[in-house]
Amino acid sequence: MEQEMVLKKESNMVSNFKQTILKLTPSMKKDGVFKSLKNTGITLLSILLFLGLWQMGSKALYNKEANYRVEKALQERGEEAAAAERACIESGDSSCQPNTLPSPSQVWASLQSLIADHQVISADKAAFAEKMAVTNEKMISQGKDTIVYTGRASFVDIVLTSIKTVFAGFLLAMFIAVPIGIIIGLSPSLRSAFNWFIQIFKPVSPVVWYLLVFMIVKTLYIGDSSDNAFVISFISVGLCAMWATLVNTAMGVASVDKDYINVAKVLKLGTFQKVFKVILPSSLPLIFTGLRITLSVAWMVLIAIELLAQSQGLGLFVWEEFQNGANDSNSKIIVAMFVIGIIGFLLDRLMLAVQNMVSFNKNEMA
Amino acid sequence: MAYLELNNIYKTYGEGDGSTEVLSNINLTMDEGEFVAIVGFTGSGKTTLVNLINGLLQPTSGEVLFKGKPVTDTSHERGVIFQNYSLLPWLTVGQNIYMAVKEAFPKESKKALMEIVKNYVGMVNLTPAINKRPKELSGGMRQRVAVARALAMNPEMIIMDEPLGALDALTRGNLQDEILNIWSQDKRTALLITNDVDEGIYMADRIIPLKPGPNATLGPEFKINIDRPRDKTAMNDNPEYKKTRNSIIEYLMDIGDERKTVSEVEYKLPELTPKSFVA
Repeated sequence: MEQEMVLKKESNMVSNFKQTILKLTPSMKKDGVFKSLKNTGITLLSILLFLGLWQMGSKALYNKEANYRVEKALQERGEEAAAAERACIESGDSSCQPNTLPSPSQVWASLQSLIADHQVISADKAAFAEKMAVTNEKMISQGKDTIVYTGRASFVDIVLTSIKTVFAGFLLAMFIAVPIGIIIGLSPSLRSAFNWFIQIFKPVSPVVWYLLVFMIVKTLYIGDSSDNAFVISFISVGLCAMWATLVNTAMGVASVDKDYINVAKVLKLGTFQKVFKVILPSSLPLIFTGLRITLSVAWMVLIAIELLAQSQGLGLFVWEEFQNGANDSNSKIIVAMFVIGIIGFLLDRLMLAVQNMVSFNKNEMA
Repeated sequence: MAYLELNNIYKTYGEGDGSTEVLSNINLTMDEGEFVAIVGFTGSGKTTLVNLINGLLQPTSGEVLFKGKPVTDTSHERGVIFQNYSLLPWLTVGQNIYMAVKEAFPKESKKALMEIVKNYVGMVNLTPAINKRPKELSGGMRQRVAVARALAMNPEMIIMDEPLGALDALTRGNLQDEILNIWSQDKRTALLITNDVDEGIYMADRIIPLKPGPNATLGPEFKINIDRPRDKTAMNDNPEYKKTRNSIIEYLMDIGDERKTVSEVEYKLPELTPKSFVA
């Protein structure tokens, strides 16, 4: 039974990652087919129930507003106007539709129209790029800025901008919070020195972070006409979201099992070795729990911050649709709501997969 | 000159009024190549004593001398087998041992180190499990890894803190034999801390009881005059074994009783009548 010793064990990690990703879809093991069918059935049933309740609720709200309008027309302008109003509402004319919670079918239609809109815009963009190709080449050879497409952003572009902002903010949070967390976790005196700082800034609202970042970035970009909305929003998102990682990393590093520290001492590991071979590996699960919270917080505060920063993302989209007040605005907002929810869920799953990959103690994971 | 010397060791935890003296007036000398067992009740300060000897803790007063020099820090000359294995769960069996030998022999090539790791893993019969993580191993296997890790660093002295306490009787017996084998191969010095008198008699040259703490101190020593290699089954009929075992257990029972009577402090409750809350 001669077996080669492996110093780096990668295969195990990769398979863990795959397993977690596969868990997203119902398991398809042979003996579990019935169970997974049952689970899928229950999920489908609950979705149908949800859609039904939603449909009923929106119908009730629609009727209430429609009746109120007719009633108001009757009182203010007489019977004839009321009849005209009722006819108008029943005809489905967009000028007199009640503006309330949209029904599932309206939301679905809005999603379709947003996708169609995206196709139109991307076709437009491609045509523009083709038309400008020659000119742009000339501009580049002359060392001038190229002419870029400045038309409306499509819904897909907006979603991509939001995801980009969240990832930039998340990376910023990680690069700030993890090293600082490790340092203050290692030193009790630094921990008490930083504690007031963390306690005071942790509960600060995203809006205030945005204002603070705005004050600073605005001055840094002074005299620069380029758009700084993206920079402001990703920095604000990062600053809002980094606290969970900071606290968790510090806690993880500070609370390493005393047995492991004793092992490090008995083996006489150097400080560097002790930190990277013992303390960090043992606090990785907590660090990743923190990063997972950070990512979900980042995605949550993103909407508010994009709205304030006027960054072309989902936050601004939702706000503009609300201000717009067009006939399908409400259903577009609901589409955005679902997109936000689903992307948030997928991001969380992604982080969970990474967390399981680096974790040595799978039993403690939720 | 004694190999290991403990002179008037006192160890106190905490400060001021809240302090407890765990160990008081501990004196011990060990010669090179000797196998000494310290037997004591749980909570009598055995682990504190071990940590003083291996250098993880410093005595409040008194001194620990190892080969004539005071112990101020841990050293590769003294290998430790911890009570709770203390394997790093994110490393495999091989990696756990490799990390130790790499520190012990920093000048050796990677290939030579791997060879050492393989040898010691083979010695504790874990070759098939070399790439497994501690989580995937049974308690006995984990303890064997811990034994291999301590021995792979080739220490002059092996310090064992209740190494087999958490194991079942069968695994325990096997591991006792394995440790004795390794110890007798090149006659290292060994200190075993245990709560099992039979284990002590089977393995050690001398047994020293630790009187229960606080203020734990060492009792009189018992020499075990049984020839090695010792046979477990034959030993049960050995009159010397019976005599030693009885006297040690008698001694431990006595100090156990003593502790009970000492701890029977009478607490006087104040004379109070319950207040009436009904207005």
